[in-house]
Amino acid sequence: MRLLLAFLALALAAPVIAQDSMPDAPYAYKQLEDPAQEAKAKALMETLRCLTCQGQSIADSDAKIAGDMRHQVRTRIKAGESPEAIRRWLMERYGDYISYKPELSETTWPLFALPLVLVLAGGLVLFGRFRRRA
Amino acid sequence: MIAELGLAALWLAAALALLQLVCGVMVVRRDDAALASVIRPLAVVQGALAALAFGALLLCFARFDLSVKLVAMNSRDAQPLIFQIAGTWGNHEGSMLMWVTIMSLAGALIALIERRVPERTMIATLATQAFVGLGFYAFLLIASNPFERLDPPAQQGLGLNPALQDIGLAYHPPTLYFGYVGLSVAFSFAVGALITRQVTPAFARAMRPWVLGAWIFLTLGITAGSYWAYYELGWGGWWFWDPTENASLMPWLAATALLHSVSVLAARDALRTWTIMLGVVAFSMSMVGTFLVRSGILTSVHAFAIDPERGAFILGLLALYVGSALVLFALRAGTVAEGERFAVTSREGALVVNNVVLCALLAIVLVGTLYPLVTEAYGVRVSVGPPYFTPVSALFFLPMLVVLAVGPLLRWRRDSLERIQRPLVLFFAIAVIALAGVWFNSSIGFLPLVGMALAAMLAVASFAPAQGRNLRRLPLAVWGMMIAHFGIAVALFGMAADSAFTVEKLVAAKEGDTVEIGPWLATLKTVEPVAGPNWTALEATLAVSYEGEPGKALRPQQRSFWAPAQKTSESALLTRWNGQLYTVLGDQAEDGRWQLRLWWKPFVTWIWYGGILIGLGGLLALIGRVGNDLKRRHAQVRIARRKRTAE
Repeated sequence: MRLLLAFLALALAAPVIAQDSMPDAPYAYKQLEDPAQEAKAKALMETLRCLTCQGQSIADSDAKIAGDMRHQVRTRIKAGESPEAIRRWLMERYGDYISYKPELSETTWPLFALPLVLVLAGGLVLFGRFRRRA
Repeated sequence: MIAELGLAALWLAAALALLQLVCGVMVVRRDDAALASVIRPLAVVQGALAALAFGALLLCFARFDLSVKLVAMNSRDAQPLIFQIAGTWGNHEGSMLMWVTIMSLAGALIALIERRVPERTMIATLATQAFVGLGFYAFLLIASNPFERLDPPAQQGLGLNPALQDIGLAYHPPTLYFGYVGLSVAFSFAVGALITRQVTPAFARAMRPWVLGAWIFLTLGITAGSYWAYYELGWGGWWFWDPTENASLMPWLAATALLHSVSVLAARDALRTWTIMLGVVAFSMSMVGTFLVRSGILTSVHAFAIDPERGAFILGLLALYVGSALVLFALRAGTVAEGERFAVTSREGALVVNNVVLCALLAIVLVGTLYPLVTEAYGVRVSVGPPYFTPVSALFFLPMLVVLAVGPLLRWRRDSLERIQRPLVLFFAIAVIALAGVWFNSSIGFLPLVGMALAAMLAVASFAPAQGRNLRRLPLAVWGMMIAHFGIAVALFGMAADSAFTVEKLVAAKEGDTVEIGPWLATLKTVEPVAGPNWTALEATLAVSYEGEPGKALRPQQRSFWAPAQKTSESALLTRWNGQLYTVLGDQAEDGRWQLRLWWKPFVTWIWYGGILIGLGGLLALIGRVGNDLKRRHAQVRIARRKRTAE
């Protein structure tokens, strides 16, 4: 009975599955033939946000849009574009939000100042503490 | 009836918490022995009532009582019993009830057993615990009542989120909550000691088991959560720097710092105000985490419902507790007498460096997590993700490991590096040899390379404190320290190896096709439908073999749950000592071939083995410390008795 149910459910779900796997984005689930290019594409994909997911990169997601974007990234890498050019192109299209790698700008400079401030502050705390005691 | 009983118990517990707070404040202001004697019993009864309320909710879920709204929203009859029960905390209201229950049980426990701290400090501590508890009782009763009824009862439940229908739900949230809430006890102790200005080694010894216990649970909870995400999400990632993960990492970082500074306070009576400050910060981070996860400000599988009122409520509680603790700290910190002094090159000195770096890491994770929320308030959307967190945190974490290797060899108070010259040269040599060895044999990135070299160095260095000592007479706490430090080396090696050597294969295969993936050969045998209690699935059977060894079968699935309707991919993993083969079944293409995703992840499991070792080290230290305390108390009782008989 359970098995029958399973078959029924699958039969009903079949059209949906077929739609999901329309080959409009062949590189969504296919690697580039050149391992060096694939490594570049993979590194870039890991730093791009899947816009419909919950804190995942497009390299970690089954969502449709993530698949489309993986396809975009791989095709463009294959065509010889540099990863940073692709990132810029995507950021122009979808906004800065899409890139997990914050770029130094008017809004993000505190993120980059923070480590420096911390090194300085930590150094001062330690220096002050131990000099006073020595 | 059960639901009403639970609700009544919750109201009573809240009322007792209020009474405990009022009595506590009165006793601290003006000594009153009669009033003081009721505070401990109040805490115990309050804990029992909270546990009763939680038990009532568990029973509602176990009996699948559809007239309770929470059950109807989050459960369904065809679910296996374990998810039926674990579903109790697989939702907002239930998880908050679990939070407050654990918290009041912790309060009951200190009321029952803690006798080392001066009574006045103890009462201030219990009053603080009641003060914090009260806010969460109010939050439950006003904004998220778990016992709300449905009239008429629902015909069928909506079902638990399929992503949560995993054995992970049974242990990951409770473990983390024990950790979060254990830190509330450290917070209450810190505030209690600030109120009475009695920051002493005895106070540190009373606080330490709670910090250690909370830290062990946090460590294991994070480790378990990471592994769960790793196999559930189906892409082989084990840490995403996702805000909800950061929410658990921040209390852990603070607790790690606190754990080390409280040891300095207990052993050497130094770092008094610093330890108090960390006690406040650690629980603040638990609350920030709760706010981030529970307010719905982040969309995630952890944010069960998006409700601005709840977010505002938690933010209000956060501001109230952290704000008042910081004000108290500002008023009192100056009047806490300065502790013992020490030189830079000393055990304390190394621990101060460890504390400063851990706090820097905490600041980075905190700012990086909150930054997008801040800019969004100004209408600018940015993302801060792995490309920021990984290198910036490595910048602080990796140098800290050098201090970690050297610190335990130093003596308290004052020491010189010349004295420990030999082990230092040895550590340096190991790091250089490992670095060169890895560098010549493979072309891997800078961070994994340095990570592996430091892991090799630390693996040896972590056991160096045992050198020249009788292993059987080495205190349990020292064993705990060595094993926890060794665990860090193991986990670091796993992380570096995973990011350096992972092999990925995405293929479309038809039945009978064989795929090569690193040292593995995988053959797709069949893809067949299977059915579970509340799902159907397509299941692939893969015959896999490692370098010609006898083959094994792996069965990744693509599951379709029908209530709620959702698809999940169930990865199938094969674990060897030196790594894991990770397989996922994808969709079928038009030509009938199946999408397969395969990863060979060398040594990836070492990440979680390391996490378990760190937790185990903590457990040994805890047993050792508590054992010593019991022995000491026993001896004191004996001495007192002997004195009396002599008289």
